[in-house]
Amino acid sequence: MNFDKELDAKGLNCPLPILRCKKSLAELTTGQILKIVATDPGAIKDFEAFAKQTGNELLSSAQNGSEFTFFMKKK
Amino acid sequence: MEQKKLAIIATKGTLDWAYPPFILASTAAALDYAVEIFFTFYGLQLVRKDLSVLKVSPLGNPGMPMKMPFGPKWFRGINWNVPNAIQALVPGYESLATVLMKKTIANNGVATVADLRMMCQEADVKFLACQMTVELFGFEHSDFIDGIDYVGAASFFAFAGDSDICLYL
Repeated sequence: MNFDKELDAKGLNCPLPILRCKKSLAELTTGQILKIVATDPGAIKDFEAFAKQTGNELLSSAQNGSEFTFFMKKK
Repeated sequence: MEQKKLAIIATKGTLDWAYPPFILASTAAALDYAVEIFFTFYGLQLVRKDLSVLKVSPLGNPGMPMKMPFGPKWFRGINWNVPNAIQALVPGYESLATVLMKKTIANNGVATVADLRMMCQEADVKFLACQMTVELFGFEHSDFIDGIDYVGAASFFAFAGDSDICLYL
């Protein structure tokens, strides 16, 4: 998937991936896509909850071993 | 949709209890909440310029696992169940526990209190400090970081009164 910015949140624990995601989204414009890579096992549920509450669209989430990759479209 | 509001009263001044208010406040801010934290009594320690005052004590805290943040896996897994009487007598036990907890925090990719506090401020979380307890404990405003409003309980209710979530931590 194409993306406009990538956030490396590997090794970070709650709530840092969400806080960094928020910061990264602020640097994008509406419709642009942020790729996030995280290792926090809570990240899948947390990014779903973040998207639901902020209105940013979680396009996909995938797990590869202990790594999680998300694509989020800025509101 | 109207912006949601989170009001927190932070009353505890130890390293472990520094986390809940700053984690919840920064996360809520990331979720577009307006957030205010009212620091009162021992919670005032959380807005000191010098955060090295924050310690953690396993004494009288049966819920706190005492595990070593280094060494082989079997060693890290041991829970050092030291009796209260011994903890109380050994000089520096609290400082040692604090050093170990900070190491565990770093090992787990958990933010420092200073970082979380800064992220709260960057996200416009409003910090209020209880002026009465500032005086009671003999603090000066210069002991605390910038950007704090020194107020009384009535000012807290001005915000908390119509908050969606209000937490006493």
